[in-house]
Amino acid sequence: MKYTEEHEWLDDNEGVITVGITEHAATQLGDVVFVELPEVGATVTKGEEIVVIESVKAASDITAPLDGEIVEINEALADTPGLVNEDAEAAWFFKMTTTTPEEMDGLMDEDAYKEFID
Amino acid sequence: MTDDLMQLPLAALHAELGGKMVPFAGYAMPVQYPAGVMAEHLHTRDKAGLFDVSHMGQVVIRGSGAAAALEQVIPMNVQGLAEGRQRYGLLTLPGGGVADDLMFANRGDHLFVVVNGAMKRADMDILTAGLPDHEVTLLDDRALLALQGPSAEAVLESLVPGVAQMRFMDVRTLSWSGAELWISRSGYTGEDGYEISVPADHAEAFARALLAQDDVLPIGLGARDSLRLEAGMPLYGQDLTAEITPVEADLAWAIQKIRRTGGDRAGGFPGAEVILPQLDQGPARRRSGLLPQGRAPMRHGVTLFASETATDPVGEVTSGGFGPSVGSPVAMGYVPADCQAGTTLYGDVRGRRLPVTVTDLPFHTPRYKR
Repeated sequence: MKYTEEHEWLDDNEGVITVGITEHAATQLGDVVFVELPEVGATVTKGEEIVVIESVKAASDITAPLDGEIVEINEALADTPGLVNEDAEAAWFFKMTTTTPEEMDGLMDEDAYKEFID
Repeated sequence: MTDDLMQLPLAALHAELGGKMVPFAGYAMPVQYPAGVMAEHLHTRDKAGLFDVSHMGQVVIRGSGAAAALEQVIPMNVQGLAEGRQRYGLLTLPGGGVADDLMFANRGDHLFVVVNGAMKRADMDILTAGLPDHEVTLLDDRALLALQGPSAEAVLESLVPGVAQMRFMDVRTLSWSGAELWISRSGYTGEDGYEISVPADHAEAFARALLAQDDVLPIGLGARDSLRLEAGMPLYGQDLTAEITPVEADLAWAIQKIRRTGGDRAGGFPGAEVILPQLDQGPARRRSGLLPQGRAPMRHGVTLFASETATDPVGEVTSGGFGPSVGSPVAMGYVPADCQAGTTLYGDVRGRRLPVTVTDLPFHTPRYKR
């Protein structure tokens, strides 16, 4: 598992990367009430805002962690946004492939992320 | 973060309870506790929530003829308010807009006024200028707590016998553990409940006694906002401003007949020339409920259009978010006055036009003990 400074987790399974937000981020957001996901097949650029999350407090974004393409989205989140608060590590947002797999190496591992949020 | 913020009497208790403190009205205030906004909101509707609203201004007005004097700055019937009763009021501006909203009570030998925390200094300027012959004092030695929800009566009665007999908008002075409590049966959640002014040096002990009751949880400002939004109550600074008249804000009910054109004490308050004709003719825009048809909340600042393609906005969302008791997004804002309930408008949310239904307020029917 890899982590970004935007509080995303990335799980690389043979080139298909599953992306969610960390429990830390979910706690900060509070109760999630709305999630807007990207379209399957969309080409995304690192840093581009591709997911909108609205909590009871405010709206925020998830940006694409890498350049690539969206290959699957978690429809369950659109119906039940509270899944993010129940288990952030299980409530994935989308799966993507990337044209820049080498950038995965530059991301934080679990220990580095824990240090980052302390 | 909170270094240059003023601390309120319950600061240590909030820290102990795990309150997440944010700057609000110049004070460090709890926005939520570990339960979270959603759970706090639902608990208040189901049982009872304790809110620290000590940032609000508690003002005492003394002197003979204080009621008549206060009528010079607010368009309410103050002189007709019986002792032991409270009323909702508005400080109006010469242009007809609203300087603040408030509650005022007749406590026998004085009037007790509660104003918004962020506005209390400005309000004091208006009150002291408008009532030069009266003693107007902003209290700094009392905290203000609100206990709201269906269990509030039983909980408070167990500590302060006598409150169960109070009706909605009654005020009483009762004592607890040697402290004088100024209690009103009112609130800002759409639930039955009480607002309790307590001497600062007794505030923590009193709050702890309430929190020791099974049905009571501490509730932060986050849930206070969603509760009042569902109850259709305006928030000063968003839904009410210096640019919005009471009539536009759908608060004409707060201006009693005696202060209107043809009444015995008509006019004589700031903005009367604007507000009184508008009461008769009707406003061009009015505050209304807005129900987004999709799942995306529409928050403060979202512009409203008559269609998906129209270029000129017809209105604006002034408060909005998710309504935990309604189970969907809810909002309020300003729409053309001839816009009927049931009309579909379109809110611009992140560049997309999303449908929203104009609806009557409130979203949650208040449960007061009248």
